[in-house]
Amino acid sequence: MNAGKILLVEDNPDDVALTLRALKSHNITNDVVVAQDGAQALDLLFGAKAAALEGELPAVVLLDLKLPKVNGMEVLQRIRADDRTRLLPVVILTSSDEERDVIEGYSLGANSYVRKPVDFVEFTQAAKQLGLYWLLMNRAAPVPRKP
Amino acid sequence: MALRDWPIQQKLTAMLVLISGLVLLLTSAAFAGYQYWSLRSATRDAVAVRGRIIAANSTASLAFANDADAREILSALRADRHIVAAVLYDKSGHVFAAYPAHVAGDVVPVAPGPDGYRFERGLLIGFQPVEEAGSQRLGTLYLASDLGAIYETFRLSGVIGLAVMAVALLAAYLLSRILQGTISQPILALAETAKAVSTRQDYAVRAPQLGADELGALTDAFNQMLSRIAEQKGELQRYAADLEKRVEERTHELQERNESLRRNAAELLAANTELDAFAYSVSHDLRAPLRSIDGFSQILLEDYSEKLDEAGRESLQRVRAASQRMGTLIDDLLKLARVTRAEIRTEDVDLSGMAREIVADLQRTTPERQVEFEIAPGLKARGDTRLLRVALDNLFRNSWKYTAKQPAPRVEFRSADANGGRTFMVRDNGAGFDMKYADKLFGVFQRLHAAADFEGTGIGLATVRRIINRHGGRIWAEGAVDQGATFYFTL
Repeated sequence: MNAGKILLVEDNPDDVALTLRALKSHNITNDVVVAQDGAQALDLLFGAKAAALEGELPAVVLLDLKLPKVNGMEVLQRIRADDRTRLLPVVILTSSDEERDVIEGYSLGANSYVRKPVDFVEFTQAAKQLGLYWLLMNRAAPVPRKP
Repeated sequence: MALRDWPIQQKLTAMLVLISGLVLLLTSAAFAGYQYWSLRSATRDAVAVRGRIIAANSTASLAFANDADAREILSALRADRHIVAAVLYDKSGHVFAAYPAHVAGDVVPVAPGPDGYRFERGLLIGFQPVEEAGSQRLGTLYLASDLGAIYETFRLSGVIGLAVMAVALLAAYLLSRILQGTISQPILALAETAKAVSTRQDYAVRAPQLGADELGALTDAFNQMLSRIAEQKGELQRYAADLEKRVEERTHELQERNESLRRNAAELLAANTELDAFAYSVSHDLRAPLRSIDGFSQILLEDYSEKLDEAGRESLQRVRAASQRMGTLIDDLLKLARVTRAEIRTEDVDLSGMAREIVADLQRTTPERQVEFEIAPGLKARGDTRLLRVALDNLFRNSWKYTAKQPAPRVEFRSADANGGRTFMVRDNGAGFDMKYADKLFGVFQRLHAAADFEGTGIGLATVRRIINRHGGRIWAEGAVDQGATFYFTL
């Protein structure tokens, strides 16, 4: 499997646990790094805590929208605004399928928009497919080197 | 200045003086005429008396032809300076004696004229017979008197008359100056008042009433008229003020209504925004705990299955089913809210095509069901494509669901009007419903069937009605238990 990591930005510990379980139950063994709010996610990508990703960018960011401090849309904006993370795959994974969220998410450059199903079986399926697709099938853009 | 432009005081004065003068003049003329006539007759009488006296005295002189005596007698006439000539003629008509002694020949007629006294050539002349007592005519006496006495008296009368007239006119003038006031003062006062009224628009002034005559009546009428005008003006002003007040009130009322409308609109907007925020929050936050409930129930079932008995496992399944049902409920409610909030974009909609797509979708997702669909071609409407699709989708799913227990399920979609008008109908031969509950069909969370028979949230038809209503249309249903249902809607 691809050595790339998954950055899960999710404030709800239940959802974190369920997502981790769903991923693991399908033998997606990649490290999952969890950010509990938007600020932490930005810290992990750009700031002092970037070490947790060992200087590498994650293979994919699973981004919730309703987050404390800095919300998902702002995180996405920051990611797309930075040269290094401009092409980083970002999947919005959220409870809502409000049309305006979908439109805004894609407008800000999200690569995908997935609504978390209430049914855990369906949720596990979705997690599995996401993991397989973004970690195995998808070919990510090379990370631009810092000059 | 023309006479009619004279001030009324001058007019009255002039009139009175003129009338007085005319009256005086006429009176004086009449008097003068009378005096002239009476003076003449008095003078004639006086001369005649003298003539008779002289004639009586002259009888002896003539009888005895004593002319010296006759001249003596005639010379007595000297006492009357107006007698210019006197002549005694004898019986045969010859001058016997004359006075004055050398009287001018042209004054003395050569022979006596007819008897009597008359005025001739500015003189009063008279021929007086001289007779004896026995009526024997002895001769004729001739007397000529000038008219100086008449003229003197007449001149004096004239002077007196003129003086009287002057005094009388002066008195008339002064009197008229005083008396015209009684007529002119009320008129002037009226004029003054009328001027004040017209220039100052002051209807409170009143003309002073100076008497009870016609002018007094006029003044009174004028004052009454002013009162009426003032009254009516006051009334008009009151009406105007009242009208203004009412206009103001109405304006105020309208403003208040506007304000209230604005407030309502603002409230509505706020309510909409709130609903929006609420829906958004529901969409994000309400589903997360359900996921946890379902997720951890499933984890229990997976990881601790052997530690649970059948009842425990079934309970967990029920927990899962309930949370999933709640998830569906939330989704349906959000759809309803979205339908309520959505902006309507009107365009031409091909309902037949839309219906065929929905049926194709249903058949794809549930291939095990075999339902016969009959869709009339060419059904068209104007409305919001997305919302109408949601409505039609809900109606078809409804029919799809309630025909599940029907051996030969059949659904038709066509126009309900004979000429293909704007009333559409979706008819199925499914479970139907009791018309008693027809009004509950479109209420939110209203269900006419047990969840065990047919699943559902009771939101679908409410959503359809909301969409049809938002298009200004109407929806109603007919049906009977186990006889199928027909949904009609207009657009």
